[in-house]
Formats: sequence, structure tokens, C-alpha cells
Amino acid sequence: MSGSLRALFVSFLALFIFSSSLSVNSFAQELGFSEHIARLAKSKLREKAELIDLIAETKDPRVPDLFEDLLDGDLYYIKKTGQIVAIEKVESGYQASDVLSLKSLGVVGKRSVKKIGVNNALRRQLRSYIATFNLSSDEANVRLEAAKALLKAPEASFLPILDTALVAEADADVRSAMVIARSAILLASDDAEQRLVAVNGLRGATDKKVMTLLEQLLLEDGAGNSAEPDERVRQAAEEVLSSLHTQARVYKVMEDLFFGISLGSVLLLAAIGLAITFGVMGVINMAHGEMIMLGAYTTYVVQLLMPNNIGLSLVVAVPAAFLVSGLFGVIIERSVIRFLYGRPLETLLATFGISLMLQQLVRSVFTPLNRSVITPEWMSGSWEVNGMLSLTYNRLYIIFFALAVLFLLIQLLKRTFFGLQMRAVTQNRAMASSMGIRTGWVDAMTFGLGSGVAGIAGVALSQLTNVGPNMGQAYIIDSFMVVVFGGVGNLLGTFVGAMSLGIVNKFAEPMIGAVLAKILILVFVILFIQRRPRGLFALKGRFVED
Amino acid sequence: MKRDSDKLSPFTSRSWLKKAGMAAGVAALTLSASIAQAADTIKVGVLHSLSGTMAISETTLKDTVLMLIEDQNKKGGLLGKQLEPVVVDPASNWPLFAEKTKELLGKEKVDVIFGCWTSVSRKSALPVLEEMNGLLFYPVQYEGEESSKNVFYTGAAPNQQAIPAVDYLMEEVGVKRWVLAGTDYVYPRTTNKILESYLKGKGVAAEDIMISYTPFGHSDWQTIVSDVKKFGSAGKKTAVVSTINGDANVPFYKELANQGVSAEDIPVVAFSVGEEELSGFDTTPLVGHLAAWNYFMSADAEANDDFITQWHTFIKDEDRVTNDPMEATYIGFKMWAKAVEKAGTTEVDKVRPAMYGITVDNLTGGTAKMLPNHHLTKPVLIGEIQEDGQFETVWQTESEVPGDAWTDFLPESAKLISDWQDPKIMCGNYNTETKTCSGQNY
Amino acid sequence: MNITQGHWWRSDRGGQWLITVIAVVTVMVPVLNLVVPEDSVFHLSTYAVSLLGKYLCYALLALAVDLIWGYAGILSLGHGAFFALGGYAIGMYMMRQIGERGVYGNADLPDFMVFLNWSELPWYWLGFDNFSFALLMVLVAPAILAFVFGWLAFRSRVTGVYFSIISQALTYALMLAFFRNDMGFGGNNGLTDFKDLLGYSLQLDSTKNALFVCSGLALIGGYILCRYVVSSKLGRVLVSIRDAESRTRFVGYRVEHYKLFVFVLSAMLAGIAGALYVPQVGIINPGEFSPINSIEIIIWVAVGGRGYLFGAVIGAVLVNYGKTYFTGAFPEIWLFFLGGLFVVSTLFLPQGVVGLVKKRTIKRQGDGHAKKEALPETDGHTSSKEVSS
Repeated sequence: MSGSLRALFVSFLALFIFSSSLSVNSFAQELGFSEHIARLAKSKLREKAELIDLIAETKDPRVPDLFEDLLDGDLYYIKKTGQIVAIEKVESGYQASDVLSLKSLGVVGKRSVKKIGVNNALRRQLRSYIATFNLSSDEANVRLEAAKALLKAPEASFLPILDTALVAEADADVRSAMVIARSAILLASDDAEQRLVAVNGLRGATDKKVMTLLEQLLLEDGAGNSAEPDERVRQAAEEVLSSLHTQARVYKVMEDLFFGISLGSVLLLAAIGLAITFGVMGVINMAHGEMIMLGAYTTYVVQLLMPNNIGLSLVVAVPAAFLVSGLFGVIIERSVIRFLYGRPLETLLATFGISLMLQQLVRSVFTPLNRSVITPEWMSGSWEVNGMLSLTYNRLYIIFFALAVLFLLIQLLKRTFFGLQMRAVTQNRAMASSMGIRTGWVDAMTFGLGSGVAGIAGVALSQLTNVGPNMGQAYIIDSFMVVVFGGVGNLLGTFVGAMSLGIVNKFAEPMIGAVLAKILILVFVILFIQRRPRGLFALKGRFVED
Repeated sequence: MKRDSDKLSPFTSRSWLKKAGMAAGVAALTLSASIAQAADTIKVGVLHSLSGTMAISETTLKDTVLMLIEDQNKKGGLLGKQLEPVVVDPASNWPLFAEKTKELLGKEKVDVIFGCWTSVSRKSALPVLEEMNGLLFYPVQYEGEESSKNVFYTGAAPNQQAIPAVDYLMEEVGVKRWVLAGTDYVYPRTTNKILESYLKGKGVAAEDIMISYTPFGHSDWQTIVSDVKKFGSAGKKTAVVSTINGDANVPFYKELANQGVSAEDIPVVAFSVGEEELSGFDTTPLVGHLAAWNYFMSADAEANDDFITQWHTFIKDEDRVTNDPMEATYIGFKMWAKAVEKAGTTEVDKVRPAMYGITVDNLTGGTAKMLPNHHLTKPVLIGEIQEDGQFETVWQTESEVPGDAWTDFLPESAKLISDWQDPKIMCGNYNTETKTCSGQNY
Repeated sequence: MNITQGHWWRSDRGGQWLITVIAVVTVMVPVLNLVVPEDSVFHLSTYAVSLLGKYLCYALLALAVDLIWGYAGILSLGHGAFFALGGYAIGMYMMRQIGERGVYGNADLPDFMVFLNWSELPWYWLGFDNFSFALLMVLVAPAILAFVFGWLAFRSRVTGVYFSIISQALTYALMLAFFRNDMGFGGNNGLTDFKDLLGYSLQLDSTKNALFVCSGLALIGGYILCRYVVSSKLGRVLVSIRDAESRTRFVGYRVEHYKLFVFVLSAMLAGIAGALYVPQVGIINPGEFSPINSIEIIIWVAVGGRGYLFGAVIGAVLVNYGKTYFTGAFPEIWLFFLGGLFVVSTLFLPQGVVGLVKKRTIKRQGDGHAKKEALPETDGHTSSKEVSS
């Protein structure tokens, strides 16, 4: 608490420094502050923008918290009295506290208060103010973010405080970010020399925002006149810009590759369960997509059960989804599939029926609406390698997750006794049975395993896409493509198949568009199967034919 | 493939007769059981998909109609008769919409139908409605370019949604560069064609417009979002106008959020994302993105509060949201009930003329009026997404905008007007140049 | 299998029954609809006529699938594509027939092209003003696709599940392609708003009945053709391919030629079914290419009984009647019934409804030699696989 108070105090001071009106009566200020705030309740959005400026000018120590609340949508007014309160959502309702006296008012009803709305323009304004407050934070990270935020909305009025902060700044990274932000502001200067300095100050900045600013500088009007009148500045800007463009192209290829691998890992996750139920057991499992769906719904239920631990929910959901989908798989195998071995095409019909029933089941239980699965903090956002390349966390985690699942599964099949039994049963049921293997049990477990893995995929996919009754349908065809393309009965083939289809798709997409890219992939798979009728990694041996 | 009957030739007259007789009997019994029913109730058909891909959106509308019917019955029904809902499931299968319409009109003899969501389902049902002279209330925003005698369009036409939204972005936000992103079907295609022509008319250069189409249910948005980012970094304020359809929105917005495209940098204004779609995902990272509709659940009006309470009571779930197509269904139903009272009958040919000019209070505090072109007057609201999945209205038209069936921004369509009341016109596609109703008269 | 060409028809008792029923229905339905007065209990509504017409088209489609699946062991999960192509061909003809009666009054372009600013008719629409050309395309378009696809697949011996999956990919790719508005087939909305066929308004009851009669006749003709093919020497080669493809090849038959022939034939039958279907339902759109639709056809055949031909017809009518009934009677939960039906019928009726009836008959007659000779022994050969990684 004392840390943040100090930060407040420092930012308060900072506000004082850049303000020119040092001699205002503090009593009048207090009056102004409460008056402005009271007006927030019923004013229009445009008036709010002026009010925010006025409130910031009061340099009241309560301003930073107030702005944070307003930005986060936690600032309300009580409908009857017009009193402005900050709200904290608790289970029993809204916990309100007065923004002037900072006193708690206890829990109020949802209908008795109304939110003070802000729009994008106001948010940008608030963020800039908060960034200036944060420039004097104790933590280097916060200062860095603040400097980056200022780069996004470079305004001349922030120059003095930026200069002050720059003088005091010791951290090299933060310093360079501040210099870039400062240069960005100076780009709009009236003085050509200043602009030249600014452009040179942006050399070496690997950031898309910088590109935008320079493009803006070089924009031409209808008559072909550049926005920048000075020839030297133009030249310097073009130089910097062209080096930025070169960098951007390199990063674009890296980004496409990442997208491809990411799509590939999604395909891998979706298909890997099928590689067991279809690839290994020979069941044309049309209900595979629904196993994925069940996994995703399990994630939703887990999050309902532990609303206060969303961060942990996914970790819990993985085994839970494995169990739920696995259990469904075992039930399906025992009640239907086991009567159909040796008649793979009839498994298609039965599992198609099952998939319809499962869809209707979740529709009846959870309504046909999509369910909201929350993305935990650690899965949101992206890892900014630099200003040009950022890799989204959810995709990164899913790539690693898919690889881990694949690795574990291969180990399970190759190195465990169960894996051995499984391979024995699928290769020669009669022989395995006479060697004392409980084939029925192994079948059930294998199908359960494939379904369980599909359930795990559902947990991952719930972070990327809709969770609804039809979500399984979206993956079933792609999954079959991947398994057949990779070679039935071969997990490594599934991996290579998924990755190559993903990468080809993502490199084709920018050129020919998403729809044609998808069609291209399908045609490619069809033609490829003509060349290699058993997929990429075909099994060899007598039992393959007939 | 059975060959145990070689001895018995099937072509002896006796066996032929027997078979023919039996077959005829079976056919007659099973197929002609359509006995006219006594008309002691007024039958209301509900033609919304309850399974398949569209169930997610349409089930709610089915419930809305059922709620309105229940309410009307509590008030004593219509013309002294109770209303009886007839619910069928066209299962998101387009030809089935035509078949179920036939079933509702031909077999069930319903007096009115509330239904359809997608344009293709309406197009599928349309010939049947016209042939059998049915009456459909269509409650969803759509691309326009249609005005049938047998359909009342209670959702928004493009001039009641798309164009005001673009105006808002241009004038209030200062957007200079546009991404028109949509799912590849007719509504986005038409809307984007209209917007493109509108924007160019406002002086936007061709290179400042990027158009991108994706397949239905597209789930991998990495490349497109990255392209949008790139397009948006050219130094001009950029916005995305999204006509992305239903299911593809969740992954789209998730990708936007994760790639750090915030509403303050590149706002996305959507025409197909409402409260119900938002209830399917975590909206925290979407705060500030926009949607243009004619109704928001957050609307500050007494009628709206009542409607929400009624809905929560009916559906027995306090967390369910209301949305624009529900309001359109509400307005359509109220108007139909009023017109039936006015006409004193449910006969389509008498109810239709009674519809024109009828007004009903909408849920945002104004009034909706049925125009002779079968479209409504509607206010246009622009809202920003809030953390709780609701919209905060940031802009709205001063008065209601009359719906225009034929847009003025496509050359062929600009010539057409629709008027089902003016005896000199009396058609849905009157060509103002040739002074005739082009093509057939519906 | 000692049947000879001479009495291939006489031995098919189920087929005789079927054809009799269809013939009677084909005659009776128009009579009940047009002649019998509307207030009579025996009057058949026009709704029922279109519905029955739709069933007959589905039955023809199922017949086409049974021809290749039941007799040649080719499980196509993409047969809906041929059906849809036939439908599009006739749909394009009917679009052209609208002429200037479209909403924009433009005689040169269909409505959907007008408002999307197309300037001229794409080349592949040329010729569709002509009914005979359209009719030819109904047969040729599916045939060419089936020939190319089948030639590629059978030549490189893509069999069993692999064939099924790539045929599914084929129809899926076509669906995506037809969804594209740039293709010029009306995108998601497809082709609708048809006015008339050969100058007869589609709204007239007489036209509907005529279409119904055509569907009935097409089904009868299709059935006789299929029965003829499977009873011929060719048919027996097909069965041997189904049961032991490699052995047949080693005996010296050009397996791929036989398969290709019957595959193309089946595709053409599916095309005809599509062409009869579209004017009766009034719309054709890319949804018909959806892989789910093709799976459903397989299910009709399986429910009816695979490898009997008439089984496919029975299955198609039965399942579709069930769908019509369930979606009306239990709109909220009908998928449980439908899904359950598929599961139960695969578990308890491995030879479909026909198999059940046959078993009964055999029991009653104690007829030893009528055992399940038409039934396949094995379907695919993927069940034994080694896991390697």
C-alpha cells in the first residue's frame, strides 16, 4: 500500500511540474474536483472528454484511481442521488465506495446504480493520462509499458513530463522506449530540424507503430504533395522506412511459419484421437468430433465449478476432459462398437447416429447457445518478440501441448504393457486372445484412450473457437484428411500430415485467400492419395492388402 | 436377388391385381389423411431451426414467439379466439424451409408464420409463400433487394444498419481506411458492395478499402488479423466493418484480442454480433469494439424493462439476454395482432392492407411504423461492447430511419421502389425509369 | 448364381413388388390430387405430392449408391456431389427461363448477378437457355466428374476407407467452391425463384404432378437398369470385385474398368435424381454438397438393406418419412430418434429392413438355398493395422 501511495505522490508531483498553474487555491480546487466529478454522471460523451481534462488539471491525488476505475468501467452513479461511486463486483452484488470520501457504502443493488460509460476516444485519453502517471512508477516494467502507451498516442502535451522522466530514467530499455516515444511526438513538431532529429531518433526502432508514423509523415495528398515539406526529413524518413519494410518482410515469413505450425498443431490435436480410434482400431468414428466437443464442454463446467480459479481451471480441465470423453468412449465401445468389429463401414453408420444423439444431448442440457469459456490471464495476449513480431500465447501453448500429447501417446503405445497389448489385439485379435489378453478390455480401453485424447483436444480448442453443439462437426473432416494423408495407423504420419497441411495452408492463404487455400488443400490431398494410396507413411506387409 | 420364386410367374393376372389393389390401399390410407381442421383457434406457425448450425440463433426466436403467444392468450387471445402455436424444425436445411412452409400452410393451415433467419432460408420459403398466399414475418437484418407481398421484413435493411454505422465511423471517429471483412455469402457480399460504392462516393480511394471473404465457420483467423494489422499501419485511422457470420466471430475476436488489436487502434464494427453472440464468449478483451443495431438490451426504456422481465420469467433464467431480432419479432407480432384486430379477420388478403401505417412502440422508446414497402422505421444505434457482454450506446440517429428495400447505392437497384399500397404501383419492384413493375408481379 | 439373362427379371420378387407399388403410386397420386375433389377424405394435398416426389428422387439417389456400394463395394461418401451437379444443371436452365421476369427485369443476367454487378454471363452459363443442353449436362456433368475422379482413384487402386475419405474430400471441396460467390452459382443462396419448366408454371398443380410422375418413371427405369446391370455378367464381375478384388484382378479382369463403368453410371443416375429433385423443392444451393448429406444417403441404403436395390428404395423412403414426421412431431428432440434409429438398425438389422423380412420368410418357408448370397462378407480391410510411429 505504501508503495502505491508513494507512486501516487510522485505522479501527483509530476502533474504539478508540467502544469503552469501552480498558484491555484487548493480549496477552490477541491470544489472544482468534486464539481467536475458530479457532472460526470449525466454528461454526454463529448462533455466527458472536457471533464476528464479538467479533472486531470486539478492534480488531485485521487485522480489516478478515478481514471483507472473509469477506464475499467467500474465507475457508477447512484440513480437516485447522483452520487458517484466506484464499484467492486462481489458475489452478493456491487460493493460501492464514494470516490470523494473514499468511504465504503456497503453493497448496493445492481439496478440502483448506472454505469458511467466511456467510448474508445475517452479510453484513449484516459490511457494516456494514466501512462503519464505511470512514467514515474517505481517498477521499470510499468514505466516501459507507459512509454509504449505514449508511443501509441503521441501528443505534444506529454513532452514536458516525458523529458522530466527521461532525465531521471536509469534503465536502458525504458530509456530507449522513452526516446522513441519522444521522437514520435517530435515528428509532429513545426520545426524541420526537430523533425529531422526525431526521424533519426527512430532509427533502429523495430516497431509497427513507428512505421505507421513515418508513413503518415510521407502521406501524399491528391496533388502528389507530401505531408512533409522538408526534403531532408523526407529522405531520412524514407531511409528509415525502407529498412523497416525489409525487416517487416523477414518477420512476415516467420509469422506465417508460426501461423502454419500453429494451425498444424490444432489439426494434430484434433486428429490424434482419431488416429487411434480410426487409425489403429479401424473404426470410422464419426462421433470423434463430438468427443472433442465433450472435452470443451467439460472445460466449461470446470470453470463453472471453480469461478475463482480460472487460471487453474485449464489444468484441472485436461484430466477431467480426458476422463469424461474417455468414459463416453468406453460406453460407446462396450454398447455399440464391439458388435461391429470386422465391419468398419457399419461403424460409420452407428457412430454417425451416436454423434447426432450426442449433439442433441448437449443441446438439451446446455441449450443450443455457445457457451462462454474464459481464457485465463496466462493464455491471453501475446509474447512480443519485438515491435514487429509477436506470438500469441494461446497458440504457443497449444503448439507445446500438442507436441506433449503426441510424445506421451507414442511412449504409451511403444513402451508400456498396455501399448503392447493394444498393438497385439489390433494386429491379430485371435492370436492375442489365445495368448491370454482380454481383448474386450483392451478394445474398450483403446477406444476410451482415443476418445479421451479427443477430449483433451477439446480443452485446447475451447481456447480458440466456439464451444457449442456443432463444434465437433467443424473438425471431423479435417481430422479424417490428416489421418488418411499421414497414413492410417501411424501416429508420426499424423504429425507430419497435420504440420504439412497447416503450413501449406497458411502460406497459400495470403496469396489466394482463405477459401481457395482450403479447397487447394483438399484437392492436394485427393491427388496425393492417388500417388500414394496409403498415405505418407504407408504400412508395409502382407496384411495391408486384403 | 432372390430366386426361390421361379415357379411362380409374377405376371399372372391374379397376383398383379392383388398387388395393385394392396398398394393403392396403402397409398390412399397413408397419404390422404389431411382432413380440414375446425377453426376454433388461430394457428401461428413458427419456422425456426431448432437443430443444425442455425439452432444457436433461431431457438431463441422460437421461444420469443411462444412467449408472445402465451402473453396474448392471457390477454384473451385475438378476435375472441386463442392462439395456437405450431412449431416445426427445418433443421438448418434450406430446402426443408420450403417443405415446412408447405406443411404449415397446406397441412396445418396456419394464419401467419414467424420464422427464418438466413436469407437463403427466406428465399427458399418465398415461392411457397407466394404460391399459397401465406404471410411471413422475417425478423432479421438482411441485405435488402427484396420486397414480397407475402413477407413483412421487421429487421433492418442496409440503410438502417450498415450505412449509419459507416457514417458514424467516418464523422465521429475519423476513419479513413476501411477493411470490409465478411463471410462469403450473399448478405456480406451485398452489404460490402453497397458500402464500397457508398465509401467511394464519399471520396475514399480504392487502395484504402480492403475486402476479405472467409468461408462459413472459419476458425483460423491468424493470417487475416495479421493482414488487418498491416493494413491498419499505413498511417490512416482504420476500422473493420465486419459482416462475419455467427460461429466464426468467436475465434475472430479472440485472435484480435490476442494479437493486441484493441478497439482504440482499429475498432471493429459488426452487424451480426449481438448480446446473444457475446454471451457465448469472454468479452473482457473486446471492450470498445462496436456493433450497429436497432435495439440493445441496455436501452433505457420502460417497455424494454418490461420486455426483459417478461423474457426472464418465461425462460426461467435471469441470465438470458435479449437482442435485436427478438425485438424485431416482438414488433412484428404486435403489429400482426393489431392488424388482425383492425381487419377483424386473419385472412391474409385483409390483414395485409391493414398492416400499412400501423404503429407499435418499439423497445428503445420510439415507435415503429410499417411502411408500404413492407419494411419498418427503425432507430439506428451504435454501441460499444462492455465487459459484461452488453452494449453501451455511443451514438444514435435522431429519429427513426425508414427502411429501404432497394438500396440507392447499386445501379440496378437504385431505379427500383416498392409500394404495396399505392394503387398505381402495387408491386415490390417498380422501375421508376420505365414506370413499370420490372419482371413479374408478385 | 445360376441365373441367366433370360429370367433375370422374373427372379427378382422384391423388385416386382417395388415396381408395382411405385407404378400404382405414380398413377394414383395424381388421380387423388387432381381428380378427387378437395373435400373428399381421399383427396391428396399438393404438399403431399411434392413430398412424395422428393422421396422418389431420394430413392433414385439411394438406388445409385446401392449399385456401387452394394454390388461393387465402392463406398462413396461424396455421392451428394453428383446429385447436386444434376440439380445445378437443371437449376441453371430454370434460372435462364426466368428471363426478364426477375426482380430487376434484366433478361441477360440472373438476379444474383445483377445486384453483385456482374457485367456479363460467365461462359459456363452459355447454352443453358436450351432445355436439351441442360438435360445433357444433367448427365454429362456428373459423368465427367465421376470419370475423372474414378479414373484417378481406381487406376491407383485407392480402395476401401481411403476411397470413402477422398470422395468426402471431393464433395467438401465442391461445397466450399460453390459457396464462393465468385464462382457465379449464386453462392450460399444458390439458385431459387424458379418460374417455370418448359413453359409450364411450377406453381401449377398439374406441373407438380407431372414432375411427380416423371420421378416415379425415372425410379422405375433406374431400377430396371440397375437390376439389368447387376444381373448381367458384368454384375457378377462386380460382386466378385466387391468380395475379393485382388483375386478378381489376378484372374485377369481389368478391375478398374468395371469399377469405373459402374461408378460413372451411378453418378449419372444421381444426377438425374438431382435434376428431378430441384424443380420439386424449388431451390438448389451448396448445402446439397455437404458431406453430411452424402453420409445420409449411405444410411438410407443401410437401413433399407444393402445389396438388394429395392432395399435402398425402401430405406430412402422410410428414413425420410421418419425425418418429416419427427421434425414435425418432436421438433426439439427428433435427433435422438434419428440417431437412435441408425444405431439400432446397424446393431440389430445388419442387413437392413429387407434382411429382416427375408429372415422371416426364410424361417417360415424353411427355404435353405435362399441364404444371404447378395450380402458382402467384408467391407474394408483396415481393421488389422500395426501401430508404428
